[in-house]
Amino acid sequence: MSMLRAIFSHSSGRIGGTIVVIYVVVALLGMFGVTPHNPLQQFRIDRLHAPNAVYWMGTDLFGRDVASRLMNGIGQSFLVAFCSVALATLAGTMLGLTAAWFGKAWDGIVMRIMDVLLAFPAILLALLIIAVVGPGTWTSVAAIAIVYTPIFTRVVRGPALSIKAREFVDAARTFGSSRRYILTRHLLLNLVAPLTVQVTLALAWSLLTEAGLSFLGLGTQPPASSLGLMLADSRNLMENAPWLLIFPAVAIMISILGFNLLGDALRDILDPKTRRSAP
Amino acid sequence: MSYLARRLLTFPLVMLGVSILVFVAIRLVPGDAITAMLGTEAGLLTPAQRTALSAYFGIDKPILVQYWSWLLGVLQGDLGISVIHGKPALTIILERFPLTLQLALMSMCVALLVGLPAGVFAATRNEKMSDLAVRIFAMIGQSTPNFVVGLLIIYALSAGFGILPTMGEFTPLFTDPLRNLGQMILPAITLGFAFAASVTRISRSAMLDVLSDDYVRTARSKGVPKRSVIWRHALPNALIPVVTLSGVEFGYLLGGAVLVEQIYALPGLGRLVLEAILQRDYALVQGCVLFIAFNFMVVNLLVDLAYVTLDPRIRLGEGN
Repeated sequence: MSMLRAIFSHSSGRIGGTIVVIYVVVALLGMFGVTPHNPLQQFRIDRLHAPNAVYWMGTDLFGRDVASRLMNGIGQSFLVAFCSVALATLAGTMLGLTAAWFGKAWDGIVMRIMDVLLAFPAILLALLIIAVVGPGTWTSVAAIAIVYTPIFTRVVRGPALSIKAREFVDAARTFGSSRRYILTRHLLLNLVAPLTVQVTLALAWSLLTEAGLSFLGLGTQPPASSLGLMLADSRNLMENAPWLLIFPAVAIMISILGFNLLGDALRDILDPKTRRSAP
Repeated sequence: MSYLARRLLTFPLVMLGVSILVFVAIRLVPGDAITAMLGTEAGLLTPAQRTALSAYFGIDKPILVQYWSWLLGVLQGDLGISVIHGKPALTIILERFPLTLQLALMSMCVALLVGLPAGVFAATRNEKMSDLAVRIFAMIGQSTPNFVVGLLIIYALSAGFGILPTMGEFTPLFTDPLRNLGQMILPAITLGFAFAASVTRISRSAMLDVLSDDYVRTARSKGVPKRSVIWRHALPNALIPVVTLSGVEFGYLLGGAVLVEQIYALPGLGRLVLEAILQRDYALVQGCVLFIAFNFMVVNLLVDLAYVTLDPRIRLGEGN
């Protein structure tokens, strides 16, 4: 509760938190089909209709309701973003923790593999993975997860190394605490702060990457909707039907903005050192 | 061992890892290489032809032997032959690279010309309305994917002025510089947009840090004019994180701005990778990925070297 209060008393945390909460609600509604219309239903008579009382955000080339598709698309984009970040966090945390704890050869192997993964620009690595596995929603999840795993590994390993050297860890060992207990209770719990910040910022990146991949036709496949796909479809129609471009574009911007603001706020709250110079 | 020596030593190791990853990834593509190369036509091959082709491409040998001969080829600049273009992959890559390099340089100029003054301006007006405005713009800029910026620019131009950016035929810089710059300026602004926002944010926070340092206070109390304190005393020290950020971003941009090149139909490296993936031209995918990763790593290495030169504390092993 105190965390929530801290977020909502921080100016950008308040805005970011509100945006994220609204988006999560919209995403859930879109995912479970609670939309004004069926996102796949084609109202042929009302093709390319401008926004009105029936179709809040207009209709597309096939007469499908843009608002419903947008809600569904947000659901889809959030599903990919949350799943991929969850996977990256899990894998990165385990690799980072074990690398810090066991050190020596294991640390060397893990960190060199992470160096190799970091030697690729993120989007290129994602494209390489998609080239191998073939496009699709779950491929995007895997691709984005693999791209961000090294970042989480590094975020965890550094602090874990310094916590490992602290007296209370030695004390826990002397008391006979098991390795698992020390790793989860002493190391992991102390890493919650940097991890929370990283997860929030990673959600912003993965939304961005997912939108990019599906824009290129390499992510979610039609007829399912996703924000990037809606933008790709709007390209040839934007002059006559600008609502097809504007609504998904603004939806992507605001969702990423929400996570960025929240991430910045969390960084300020959880790490008092950066508070003075936080951008 | 000094930071520099370690960094230089790990470079070839990581590059070797990258080559293994790329090699293995392409071999993981479902189906055999012959089918991947010929598509449906592979079905027409007799078993004897198939064996002959496998022997010709050397894919009948054990994987380690294949990797070794491939690596030897790569070290001599042989990245394989593109199936679609029928030319060596390296030749095609080098044809496309100048455009990507130009685009990266131009967007970096846009980003620094906008971001640096904006960041310094905001830092000197800390917590005032103008600072807040710059910060909001920077935050929005950072949250907008570049392809969204591109689409919105194209829409604004076509709806507001009835013009469309020239696409399709690309003019190289040295053929007709003016025409080329006309074609490149919008993609450069598009790519530079989020980059400028990052530069603004980082230069603002670096500047705020430096402005509260003792030496700046000393300079102020000696009566040095404000302008000179900011630009001569504070800015050079605040530039270190900006250099790092710009270098890393530049490395990303050299990797080809896949989305922006796609939107503006520019025949650069990013679009080449995308085409190669969509057309399943695996030799070209492999070549491009390797080439881009190499550039990215070289740029990152140079950034680290620049960082060491700019900040002697790291050279002495304190900041590591």
